[in-house]
Amino acid sequence: MVEDKLSIGNYTFTNRLFTGTGKFASKSLIPEMLNACGSQMITVALRRVDFASKTENILDYIPKEVTLLPNTSGARNEHEAVRIARIAREAGCGDLIKIEVITDMKYLLPDNHATLLATEILAKEGFTVLPYVSPDLPLARRLEEAGAAAVMPLGAPIGSNRGLETKAMIEILIENCQIPIIVDAGIGKPSQASAAMEMGADAVLVNTAISSAEDPVTMGRAFSLAVEAGRMAYLAKMREETKTAVASSPLTGFLS
Amino acid sequence: MSFIEVLSQFETFDIAAYLANVHPQDVERTLRRDRLTWQDFLNLLSETAGDYLEPMAQKARQLTIQYFGRTIQLYIPLYISNYCSNECIYCGFNRTNRIIRKKLTLEEIDAEARAISETEMRHILVLTGEDRNVTPFEYVESAIQIIKKYFSSVSIEMFPMDEIEYRQLKAAGVDGVTIYQEVYDRNVYKRVHRAGRKTDYQYRLDTPERGARAGLRNVNIGTLFGLGEKRSEAFFSGLHAKYLDDTYLDTEIGLSLPRINPAEGGFQPYDLVDDKTFVQFILAYRLFLPRVGISVSTRERAEIRDRLLYLGATRFSAGSRTDVGGYTKPHDSSTPQFEISDNREVSEIIHTIKEKGMQPVFKDWELI
Repeated sequence: MVEDKLSIGNYTFTNRLFTGTGKFASKSLIPEMLNACGSQMITVALRRVDFASKTENILDYIPKEVTLLPNTSGARNEHEAVRIARIAREAGCGDLIKIEVITDMKYLLPDNHATLLATEILAKEGFTVLPYVSPDLPLARRLEEAGAAAVMPLGAPIGSNRGLETKAMIEILIENCQIPIIVDAGIGKPSQASAAMEMGADAVLVNTAISSAEDPVTMGRAFSLAVEAGRMAYLAKMREETKTAVASSPLTGFLS
Repeated sequence: MSFIEVLSQFETFDIAAYLANVHPQDVERTLRRDRLTWQDFLNLLSETAGDYLEPMAQKARQLTIQYFGRTIQLYIPLYISNYCSNECIYCGFNRTNRIIRKKLTLEEIDAEARAISETEMRHILVLTGEDRNVTPFEYVESAIQIIKKYFSSVSIEMFPMDEIEYRQLKAAGVDGVTIYQEVYDRNVYKRVHRAGRKTDYQYRLDTPERGARAGLRNVNIGTLFGLGEKRSEAFFSGLHAKYLDDTYLDTEIGLSLPRINPAEGGFQPYDLVDDKTFVQFILAYRLFLPRVGISVSTRERAEIRDRLLYLGATRFSAGSRTDVGGYTKPHDSSTPQFEISDNREVSEIIHTIKEKGMQPVFKDWELI
């Protein structure tokens, strides 16, 4: 069997669980969690990175072999997102950027319009752009045209642990987009991550559900297994669910 | 639209009568719900709910971890002047108090900011009294331009300003404003604010909205417990936060809930909030407003602050001095605004936070 690889821009991954650095009780749990789950890319809010700190920096806790995905969390418009992305690149965080523009502090839903504008600018500047959006096909198409390297639709409001509430919309993206679809936000349980992978998502990004678990290290491992299982099921081409029983030896079998 | 219109809708509503009628089953029903109405909020603020602190705490803990993670944001105050033209009878800076007054020069501000930036603190709250002659807007603006060089986020707690001034300060580097109504009860407001611009109740009440409209990222409000009747003050400050949160979607709303402690002038609080009731209020705020940040300052004792870590508090001040010039010249500074109850060093507070299984967050924004 050919090795199952995921390409995003010039980056290649064999593990399809992406993680985040937010909300952990201690930064030292981050490398332990990464080690347990094998995640090869982790997102970090640039606003939390203190490059000037004399004592410690969150980046010190991310192993060198794990790809850093800086995000623009805290940006309220495309200009702020663009500035944060540039700061991240200048500071040596690489050219990957997850665009997060949030203008609604109540539900923390992404501003799709501002995200598209930021994507257009940053893709032209050579960034590998991963926009975080509410799932919407026309928008995803425009992001693709603008040069996004992937689309990150939310499963449910961020941090809500409610699962794949936007399943039908994400399925449409999966069926119609050429670039990878990474389900980001809202996934609360490994079974939900597995379900996203079964339906053909290219990867999932899980932060709160891991970092706020009583045991984040074990939870990271649980998510990794779930993502792998879901991916295998997708590749093995699951049978469609049917309402009625289907005999295992079809009567027309002799015709083939 | 202004919050004053919401307040006026409650003018004929008898809060005390409502609270006296809250039965255990009302509190239990509220605790089963996910989205709380203002009636639910009142149920949680009632004396009856005092018997439900444990289930309230369980829920508050779960919500705090879900929305804020196992983290606590730290900030430090910097007083640049204690001149004041107001006569607030509970405040150490009251113009009639014969205290050592001091206004930092821009050079001294630079020195204080630099001294603080030697610590790990990255979020700063800049404070003054209200005296537009001694500390005019231009002075504040120049101070901000100096201070922002040393920090990731600069907020102000000063006299209320016009929207255009907030816009100018945003351009100078401010991203948040803290403004307490002090007391929502108009009669008490009038009684404790005897003279000065602060006597204008509505101008102060509308300040957070002017800040939000000016595009400031964070707006922090609150009541000063000890002035008005505690349960109704808790209610109106929560309602105010809810109104702002609903109206200004792109502004992050926060609550601070100071309790009066002895200031110069020997003011005796009208309605003391004991520890148990204070904790109940914090839990009620968390349940009513799951995403709203709650700051707890060094006015509170260390043992209270440490216990509030998982129960709803999301921001702590640390290493605070409330005297002007105190970080560089502790022996040659002014009279403090209020007495600090949590005198621990920053390193000690950090140690305790980590010991409690939480991550202290020093930097949560990047000045861009």
